[in-house]
Amino acid sequence: MIAVQPVTPFIQRYFAWIPVGDLRIDAAFQLDQLSMVVVLVITGVGALIHLFSVGYMRDDPGYPRYFAYLNLFVFFMLVLVLGANLPVTFVGWEGVGLCSYLLIGFWFSDRANADAGKKAFIANRVGDFGFMVAMFLLFANVGTLQYTELASIAPTALAVGGPLVTTVCLFLLLGCTGKSAQIPLYVWLPDAMAGPTPVSALIHAATMVTAGVYLVVRTSMLFSIAPAASLTVCVIGAVTALFAATIGLKQWDIKKVLAYSTISQLGFMFVAVGAGAYVAGIFHLVTHAFFKALLFLGAGSVIYVMHAAYHETHSHEDAQDMRNMGGLRSAMPVTWVLMWIATLAIAGIPLFAGFFSKDEILGTVFARAQGSTLSDASWLGIPGGALLYAVYGICLVAAFLTAVYMTRLMLYTFHGPNRTGDAERPHLHEAPAVMTLPLVVLGVLSAVGGFLNDPSFLPIVPSDMLGRWLEPVVGAATLRMTRGIVAEADPRMSAILAAVASAVALAGMLVAVVRLKPAALRPAREPGPAETGIERVLAHKYYVDELYDRVIITPTVVLSRNVLWRGLDGLIDGLVNLVARAWRWVGDAGSAMQTGETGTYAWVLVIGVVIVLGTVVLRA
Amino acid sequence: MLADSLFFSAILFAIGVVGVLTRRNAIIIFMCVELMLNAVNLTFVAFAQVYGYAGQVFVVFVMTVAAAEAAVGLAIIISIFRHRHTVNLTDINLLKG
Repeated sequence: MIAVQPVTPFIQRYFAWIPVGDLRIDAAFQLDQLSMVVVLVITGVGALIHLFSVGYMRDDPGYPRYFAYLNLFVFFMLVLVLGANLPVTFVGWEGVGLCSYLLIGFWFSDRANADAGKKAFIANRVGDFGFMVAMFLLFANVGTLQYTELASIAPTALAVGGPLVTTVCLFLLLGCTGKSAQIPLYVWLPDAMAGPTPVSALIHAATMVTAGVYLVVRTSMLFSIAPAASLTVCVIGAVTALFAATIGLKQWDIKKVLAYSTISQLGFMFVAVGAGAYVAGIFHLVTHAFFKALLFLGAGSVIYVMHAAYHETHSHEDAQDMRNMGGLRSAMPVTWVLMWIATLAIAGIPLFAGFFSKDEILGTVFARAQGSTLSDASWLGIPGGALLYAVYGICLVAAFLTAVYMTRLMLYTFHGPNRTGDAERPHLHEAPAVMTLPLVVLGVLSAVGGFLNDPSFLPIVPSDMLGRWLEPVVGAATLRMTRGIVAEADPRMSAILAAVASAVALAGMLVAVVRLKPAALRPAREPGPAETGIERVLAHKYYVDELYDRVIITPTVVLSRNVLWRGLDGLIDGLVNLVARAWRWVGDAGSAMQTGETGTYAWVLVIGVVIVLGTVVLRA
Repeated sequence: MLADSLFFSAILFAIGVVGVLTRRNAIIIFMCVELMLNAVNLTFVAFAQVYGYAGQVFVVFVMTVAAAEAAVGLAIIISIFRHRHTVNLTDINLLKG
């Protein structure tokens, strides 16, 4: 199967979409090894989440609308992935943004949900601006937007590491930070949890938010000749991974923890694609889709059951707050086991899916720190090699924190005493089969998905399958990163790095188990001790929302209201009204002449006749 | 002879105009309009002696139209009087801007 794969992508061209002058954009789709992998993730995970949604949304009055949006999303996501040029991808890019907006604000009668949808849309607009500028720059300087042509033209037409390609890549990166929720545009993703939980699983964890990673890999022919931009991708990914992981430590909403976890894991993917480990990035994209979809759907089951229990007793407690959970292990054993598998996978415990992909990311970053174009480049004066070692360190810390907050989530949700309430406790039970079945499938994938790209030091199945499969697409770009040397990783070094990563993950889980006391937790309705110091900063998410509110949103609103609305708008309205009023004066003057007095008319007639006749006679 | 006729008709026309402008009674104004028409008729007849009979033909036309106008005009005045009990034009001023 792998041996006979075609080197050139299959391109289906439908019609000339935008033929203007030199610009020729086809409505065309491209299927190659890369898009095939992502298409399978989208449709595979998407199908499971659709199945789960049948149970989760059963009693919702918006059931048909929900599935219409969800399928529209899958359509646009496939357009995004299969686009053969940047504009077609952009259509999908915008389309998934629209569906994301519609589904975040699915229960729009609640103001907060509608606002969350708007926030996501606006944050994505900022990123879209970057995407578009990158396209304009590319067309103006390279003359094509088609991926296959870019791959053959760009490496020779653009100066390696030159300002142009760096600028293009940085603008593309801006687009990716918007869609993939990286610093500085990540703020929309935690709020996006306002949507139904299966939506969070499909759109805001497994597929759409990984579009930025996909785009970087898709345009790897550009990023691989822009080391400074690639290092920027790396740094943004690493900082985001750490930043989001720390916030995840102190969230009480089960979905918020997972949201910050998603941001953090996306940061890992950015680190990978930034370091030129395109295979590792896509590999983590795939495994993350498995275990994060599982985590979200598991959380969805928990919320569903909690909500149903509170509904039975007409209580208005928060069904998503982990302080109201606890001890759900006995009520929901299937979900409990599967969630633990996902937790072990995301934490990077050996032989679970996340271990392989995260380890490959860390290993490649470590390897790139010496003897690659990245290590020789510099970023804001910092030598690339040192920077990559720093990124590696940050990622290790983030991996440690990942293990901590995920174990915390599991302990508080499923272990310890139950805090739901005495009246509600008998109503807690396992979710229906239509919801647990997708969980089981995802659980199996989370457990064994890592063997897709088995490293050579752990020969259980044929090693490096995904790497060899993606070789025709990203091979050239990867080789450019490593100066044409086929990186044959030293198995001993790889094994040591893997051991370090596993030790860090295990340490994180251990710390969480030892330090956290689920038994001491009080339900959300009983006020706990006030958080102080760093804990308070984390619980308030570093006050970034407040900062953006002060620095960007409030000035924008004030400017819009006072200058644009009252000022500029008033001026334009005033001019229009002035014209209208002038014509009204003319009309009033005309109507004043019509007095209704026949005598006056007669006078006017006679005077007029005298003037006209007089003029004629005197002229003659 | 021609000059005398034209002078006479000019005076008649001027009297008619002054009557239309100064009087308020619709009947009198009506009569003044007739006076103006007949002044014009006199001009036509006078000029016909110099320029041929075409002017006389016009006189017949004018008299015909004047007769029709008198019939319609008087009917309107009677109708107004029935509704408003006045033929004073300063009181009849509903149609205005």
